[in-house]
Amino acid sequence: MSRNSALFLIGVAVVVALGFLMPWVLKNPFYFFAGYVVLQYVTIATGWNILGGYAGYINFGAAGFFGAGVYLSAFLFTTFGLPLPLCILAAAVFGAILGVLMGYLTLRIQGVYFAIATLGLVVVLETIVHNISALGGASGMAVYGPRPPSWSPGPSQYNFTVMLVIAAVSVALARFVEISWIGRGLRAVRASEDAAECSGVPTLRLKLLACALSGAVLAAAGAPYPFYTSFVEPVTAFSLIIGLNAIAMPLIGGTKSWAGPVLGALLLASVQQIATVTISSELNILFVGLVLIAFVAFAPGGIADLFGRRQGRARS
Amino acid sequence: MFSIDILLNAVVTGILLGSVYASLALGLGITFGILHIPNIAHPTLVVAGAFFVYTLTQWELDPIVAALIGLVPFYILGVALYLFYSSVFERRGGANVLQSLTLFFGLSLVVEILLVLGFGSELKSVSAPYIGSSLKLGLLTIPYRLLIPALLGPAMIAAVWLYLSRTNSGTAIRAVAHEERALSIAGLNPASVKRHAFGIATATAVVAGAALIMVGPVEPFAGRYQIGRVFAIVVLAGMGSIPGSLVIAIAIGIAEALVASYLNPSWSPGVAFAVLLLGLASRPQGLFGAAR
Repeated sequence: MSRNSALFLIGVAVVVALGFLMPWVLKNPFYFFAGYVVLQYVTIATGWNILGGYAGYINFGAAGFFGAGVYLSAFLFTTFGLPLPLCILAAAVFGAILGVLMGYLTLRIQGVYFAIATLGLVVVLETIVHNISALGGASGMAVYGPRPPSWSPGPSQYNFTVMLVIAAVSVALARFVEISWIGRGLRAVRASEDAAECSGVPTLRLKLLACALSGAVLAAAGAPYPFYTSFVEPVTAFSLIIGLNAIAMPLIGGTKSWAGPVLGALLLASVQQIATVTISSELNILFVGLVLIAFVAFAPGGIADLFGRRQGRARS
Repeated sequence: MFSIDILLNAVVTGILLGSVYASLALGLGITFGILHIPNIAHPTLVVAGAFFVYTLTQWELDPIVAALIGLVPFYILGVALYLFYSSVFERRGGANVLQSLTLFFGLSLVVEILLVLGFGSELKSVSAPYIGSSLKLGLLTIPYRLLIPALLGPAMIAAVWLYLSRTNSGTAIRAVAHEERALSIAGLNPASVKRHAFGIATATAVVAGAALIMVGPVEPFAGRYQIGRVFAIVVLAGMGSIPGSLVIAIAIGIAEALVASYLNPSWSPGVAFAVLLLGLASRPQGLFGAAR
């Protein structure tokens, strides 16, 4: 293990430890209720970036994976009483399977066509859930979450720590993908798929792997959601705002490295939480739209790139 | 269980709905099919067109007249959109897919929220003397609120197709997609041809919007439910094949109407996307298009 990786893992461990100690310092459960959403978006942005950022395949269907995770974990918990960690694991496996199916689409379709096909995935999944009465159909279903363990002061704090662990594992996974042979291969696919194939890069295997990992992380991000809201229904589980944020956050932070989506999600999700509470949820969406347009138009590399350029200039 | 009049009514409703879908998809057929700009904001622009028509009908104007008045402001809006798009991307030397999709995605959100702020999020509808009654032909019952928009769609498609295939400036639009350099050697400015084409595509949105709001009430987020249909139509017809898009749109309309009357109306939103996924997987160049 290199020195950087050791430092990274120590950093992640410190952040997780701080998260577990937080409930004894901050008494107001609302901070954890809002913090959960921020961490959920860190996970979503990180998961999206494994396929969208590293391999350059744009997935408009993040909400489809997220919703699949939400419904699978809600179903397993209410019917079989599976413990929460197993629900999360099952959601991740299911997300990976969906991801592989989506990955086979890339055999035939690339670019814009792929992006539109993934949008279709959300609509098809939402229509299916709408028509399954065991999942509550259009009216949704109530989920009474597990009692928080004794070390946690309340359900908000417990959900927050669960999400923190998922986010930490996801970021570590994304960083591993980025620095290993997988990341090198995916960057080659993004630069030119034909050239990569000709130089012996196993493009299909890499794309399937990226789709599976990305899908697993996105579905895992949805798994604790039923316990957070105590109620699931198709419109919020497959909400467009999830698909939008999944793209906006990495784009604003920077898609080239694991730090970009984390940075973008922390910034954008915090601002959204403050805006939803203080202004209104419509203006919140308007704000995201305008920020998105501004970044695409004036800073296509994201915040990480702006910093990188400044550093590069200072060094030279 | 099986009866001929349900089948007949479903098929006819499907044909009429399909003609309306074709008018929604026409603008995208120009921007995406011909110019290769993935304008996912087009369905939202159609909804904006519907609200424009709604505003004018508040002053006792006929929706079709209102749509004709709207052609000019929407053409100008389209030209302005293209100028913004090209000023963002041309200086960087061509747009990459992620960035242009994201730009139009952001744009459609902004338009939706502006509509919510301006009109509220309730459903809006229009009234006209011919809305509310139906035409009865033997076993068939055709409401005029579906028949009039369904005639409007093919009329507009025919007009645009004649323009593109018979006039010089229409030929220039088809040429700019094939070979920009050759067009500039021939003494035409590709940027101004594209600007013009984008303007026409956006102008069709107001007519499509009039058709949409005549068929049924419209709310600011209605565009989202159309994205799948319009892309399915443009892609499956084969990029740039405008008569083909009418055929595909009618096929999708019939499929949806059959699913709605024999299975359950709640399954029909998935139909267009299911058709699109199957079509893309089996025949990526579209049914009426050349290989890309």
